[in-house]
Amino acid sequence: MSSVALPEAPPIRLNVVRWIGFKTIVIREYGRIIRIWGQTIVPSIVTAVLYFAIFGSLIGRRVGAMGGFDYKQYIAPGLIMMSVITNSYGNVVASFFGAKFGKHVEELLVSPLPNWVIVAGYATGGVLRGLLVGIAVTAVSLIFTHLQVQHLLVVVAALVLTSLTFALGGFLNALFAKNFDQVNWIPSFVLTPLTYFGGVFYSVSLLPEWARRLSFVNPILYMVNAFRFGFLGVSDVEVGSAFALMVAAAIVLFATAVGLMNRGAGIRE
Amino acid sequence: MNALSVRGLTKIYRNGVQALHGVDLEVERGDFFALLGPNGAGKTTLIGIITSLVNKTAGVARVFGHSIDTELEAAKACIGVVPQEINFNMFESPFTIVVNQAGFYGIPRPVARQRAEKYLKQLQLWDKRNGISRGLSGGMKRRLMIARALMHEPRLLILDEPSAGVDIEIRRSMWDFLREINERGTTIILTTHYLEEAETLCRNIAIISGGRIVERDRMSSLLRRLHVETFVLNLRDALAAPPPLPGYVVTLVDDHTLEVEVSKDENLNDIFARLSALGIEVLSMRNKVNRLEEIFMRLVEGRGTPGEAPRSGGAPRAAARAAAGTP
Repeated sequence: MSSVALPEAPPIRLNVVRWIGFKTIVIREYGRIIRIWGQTIVPSIVTAVLYFAIFGSLIGRRVGAMGGFDYKQYIAPGLIMMSVITNSYGNVVASFFGAKFGKHVEELLVSPLPNWVIVAGYATGGVLRGLLVGIAVTAVSLIFTHLQVQHLLVVVAALVLTSLTFALGGFLNALFAKNFDQVNWIPSFVLTPLTYFGGVFYSVSLLPEWARRLSFVNPILYMVNAFRFGFLGVSDVEVGSAFALMVAAAIVLFATAVGLMNRGAGIRE
Repeated sequence: MNALSVRGLTKIYRNGVQALHGVDLEVERGDFFALLGPNGAGKTTLIGIITSLVNKTAGVARVFGHSIDTELEAAKACIGVVPQEINFNMFESPFTIVVNQAGFYGIPRPVARQRAEKYLKQLQLWDKRNGISRGLSGGMKRRLMIARALMHEPRLLILDEPSAGVDIEIRRSMWDFLREINERGTTIILTTHYLEEAETLCRNIAIISGGRIVERDRMSSLLRRLHVETFVLNLRDALAAPPPLPGYVVTLVDDHTLEVEVSKDENLNDIFARLSALGIEVLSMRNKVNRLEEIFMRLVEGRGTPGEAPRSGGAPRAAARAAAGTP
């Protein structure tokens, strides 16, 4: 036995550990976003420029007004929201699956951080990227069209809630994914079609009755329209319902992610 | 209060493999403890359960009195772990890795930066602090994991094969470093394939085989229990057959090399006198394996230490040799 007197450890302040741990995950995620900015920020800017140039300027001229607005103005909130959705989701799924694949998720799993802090940290990282890309795409939109904010609080709330919901969705995807194919499967075959049919480029009032009814099953329709309402003051859905849906989705996804982490699904043997 | 207390720890994996069979283990505060066993014996599963990387099937584990069932956060805050496999982000710098790890344990960033400097310097990684970790050598990566595990200054440090891929010079300085940490009060549990490492560093030892603890003793007591040692003699002239040495087990390995098993009660002079009488000249002599390795081999093969009844649950000789780091 060691001859030195062994000191008693100071009491562990769990709330301090949790707060600093949460901040560290967010800082690490932010560092990752900035370090690989060519993969995390730039592609959405290029895509937005292409959409505005082709759909807005070339095709949009022939489309005319949509919902009482110039077509470019009408699609701008949808394009911003589309990039927020894909980036929030993509950030968490890539980062957390990468951590699982490279085994450095163990750094977090052996630490005293409870699972809800880990989920919250990664989700906040996803929201952060969603907001950064959202701001960048908004700046691009302003080059092509005029955007006037009607309800700032609605814009911010819709942006954050949508981003949070899809960041948590990305976390669940990463938790279940066993290989890189499974990381890409949901974004390619679920998220992209839902986004395109979510009223980014058109108002659902243009659709035949059966298609309109079907569109109301698509959660992205509510998010895009709530966001559009914040900018333009028009929406195909009831904005209150849209926010209720977003809050409920975020809570359910967060609880599911934490529950699965507590069971060790996809991360512990 | 013990640093680690494990009772009836059992693990059955989903594929039906039972890795641990009701393991009981106590590690005292301040100890430098060796946990040895052949590959697949259950060492990493045991460590995995303690560090919550593996879900247990049954049993109880406490770290400094904190149960991993009811006080998991407090238990984990006491532990620093250096795993067997490299598990840091290869695209981050060593400095970022260790500072972030401190943050996961609630260490404020300014303090984390100071400690990063301290431990990266002590583990001779300071010059490499800003490069991409992927570019580090195998030994550097392992030292980086030690620095990372120390960032929150844990009360219990668990090292799973820390010396793998580390050259002799660095290994020796790592041993000095670990001794110093232990002397400052940190309890250390070490698993290693280098039995010399365990014999040199550790005061207490447990040997695990087939998911069961087959031996638990003070290192010195265990070594004292080894009654027979095998000596390898290099001969000047070639022999065609082993020489007649009544009372000794003699094997002719090749025409110039002889192996002789000698009991602790017997006198080496007697062997030399008899060989000399037979006209056999011995040029040099060495111990065949280190003492701990010999005990380890006997235990995991179920032969027991000399004078004891053989134990059940032994692993195949090849696995035991592999774990002992011998060809």
